[in-house]
Amino acid sequence: MSPSSSPLLIGCAAGFSGDRVDAAGPVVDTLIARGGPAFLIFETLAERTLALAQLRRRADPQAGFEPLLDDMLRPVLARCLAHNIRIVSNFGAANPLAAARHIQAMAAGMGLAAPRIAVVAGDDLSGAQHEPLLRAQLGAAMDGIRKVSANAYIGAEAIAAALNAGAQIVVAGRVADPSLTVGPAMSHFGWRADDWDRLARATMAGHLLECGAQVCGGYFADPGYKDVPDLHAVGYPIAEIDSDGHCVIGKAAGTGGVVSLAGVKEQLLYEVHDPAAYLTPDVVADISAAQLSPAGPDRVTLSGVRGHARPANLKVNVCHEGGWLAEGEISYAGPRAEARARLAAEVLRRRLPELALRVDLIGALSIMGDDAGRLLAQTPAGDARDVRLRVAATHAERAQAERLPREVTALYCCGPAGGGGVRTSLTPRLNTLSCLVPRGAVPLRFEMLEKEQ
Amino acid sequence: MSAPNITVPLYRAAHGRTGDKGNRSNISVIAWHPDLYPMLLSQVTEQVVAQHFAHRQPGRVQRFELPGLAALNFVLDDVLDGGVNDALNLDTHGKALSFWLLDLPIEIPAELAPLLEGPP
Repeated sequence: MSPSSSPLLIGCAAGFSGDRVDAAGPVVDTLIARGGPAFLIFETLAERTLALAQLRRRADPQAGFEPLLDDMLRPVLARCLAHNIRIVSNFGAANPLAAARHIQAMAAGMGLAAPRIAVVAGDDLSGAQHEPLLRAQLGAAMDGIRKVSANAYIGAEAIAAALNAGAQIVVAGRVADPSLTVGPAMSHFGWRADDWDRLARATMAGHLLECGAQVCGGYFADPGYKDVPDLHAVGYPIAEIDSDGHCVIGKAAGTGGVVSLAGVKEQLLYEVHDPAAYLTPDVVADISAAQLSPAGPDRVTLSGVRGHARPANLKVNVCHEGGWLAEGEISYAGPRAEARARLAAEVLRRRLPELALRVDLIGALSIMGDDAGRLLAQTPAGDARDVRLRVAATHAERAQAERLPREVTALYCCGPAGGGGVRTSLTPRLNTLSCLVPRGAVPLRFEMLEKEQ
Repeated sequence: MSAPNITVPLYRAAHGRTGDKGNRSNISVIAWHPDLYPMLLSQVTEQVVAQHFAHRQPGRVQRFELPGLAALNFVLDDVLDGGVNDALNLDTHGKALSFWLLDLPIEIPAELAPLLEGPP
């Protein structure tokens, strides 16, 4: 397809695995109503999502992609295909090929003409042939671990190539979040892979899109300080990107939420470290001189973004089995509730000396505290009257870890007065190692899915 | 004679959001009005933030300035008890940490009080 100079609309209908499945409808309606070239992206991967997907694939070779894929895509697939809205997503997770086949079957089941679906591959480094590459970087840290997944964060080039080859749907795995936006922009405008300023601007447009509602008033409301209209119906974002990569962020029509300067500022800096060097596989983006300005109701313009040459290496996350997480909770209420909850924690500490317990007094002090309990130790006991004690610990051996839920349950009869509502859980843990590998060691490709026989 | 100052919690002068990557947290502190930004610059320093998070034992605190947004971005190393896969905290991401920082008291010239957000 030949490059275009007309503005591009990119709507985002998911910001994480487990996001709302009714998000896409209003985004697609808006893209259709506005007309012109448009894409729909779904961002559904986080640091641990891929490892969980890899575990599902082990149990079932046809699984391992986004569990909500069907629910997310089915309501909008027909309209997207009918109106030439192309779809790009990392919802392939640990099994992009199976995801693509699922979409193919979904389209057939809906009576739609078979869409051209591309599968991006190369990010998955979990196979035995990649072991020397990982070991060269991680060394002894790899000794004795039980690896679950290993994925490189790959960039936009394979997506752009797949779109240039005519794909209507691109299914990827561990593509870096902003690359879901950069790929369509590269393809649409015909940008080169070293057009750093344009790639950086599209990257930051993608950064604003990649958490879905978070740029539209989601994750923002703070009554009396940051009020958000109709938060229950918060909309999802649409970026309007021009041929230089500049963008205006807006949202789906007829939805709640708000696209405000304050909210877009928060999201622009979300998960950013050095603003002069936001690293992605595509480019090093520099937002140190970025500016945001209002561009009408629910519209904000981003400018002042610059780009520098992309990193020579790709980031790789290796997830491995990490023993067991044991948790238990019990509630105390009424007079001296906090004192009784604190006594219960003391009982557990005395009963479980081998476990390093984290203690939360929910209703008095919990998530602000550190695992070692320093903040709790320096906070004078109060007289909170409705306190939920929560304890947590980890252990490599299941038999040791499961002593915690048993001891929390025993507080019913053996603990302080009036404890109720025990809940316990024991979950396998995943731990992560990170390293950098040379870009050339991760060959990337896309393949068009064969038509069903 | 200089105007008197008033002491307010940081959340009346600024808002923010926390992000996480690995064992590292970033917290934005964004002035509600550009005229409040100089007070953030002079009072919400790396040292002050490191002290405020002392119980989390940060390995390093870095502050980045974004004058075009009237915002600061703090990066706190090693404050998430290992991060999302390792921490025992219910909030493994440290999502709540911006509200810990926004409780910090700061001094504002009294004449800027109309620029503050929320009930006095």
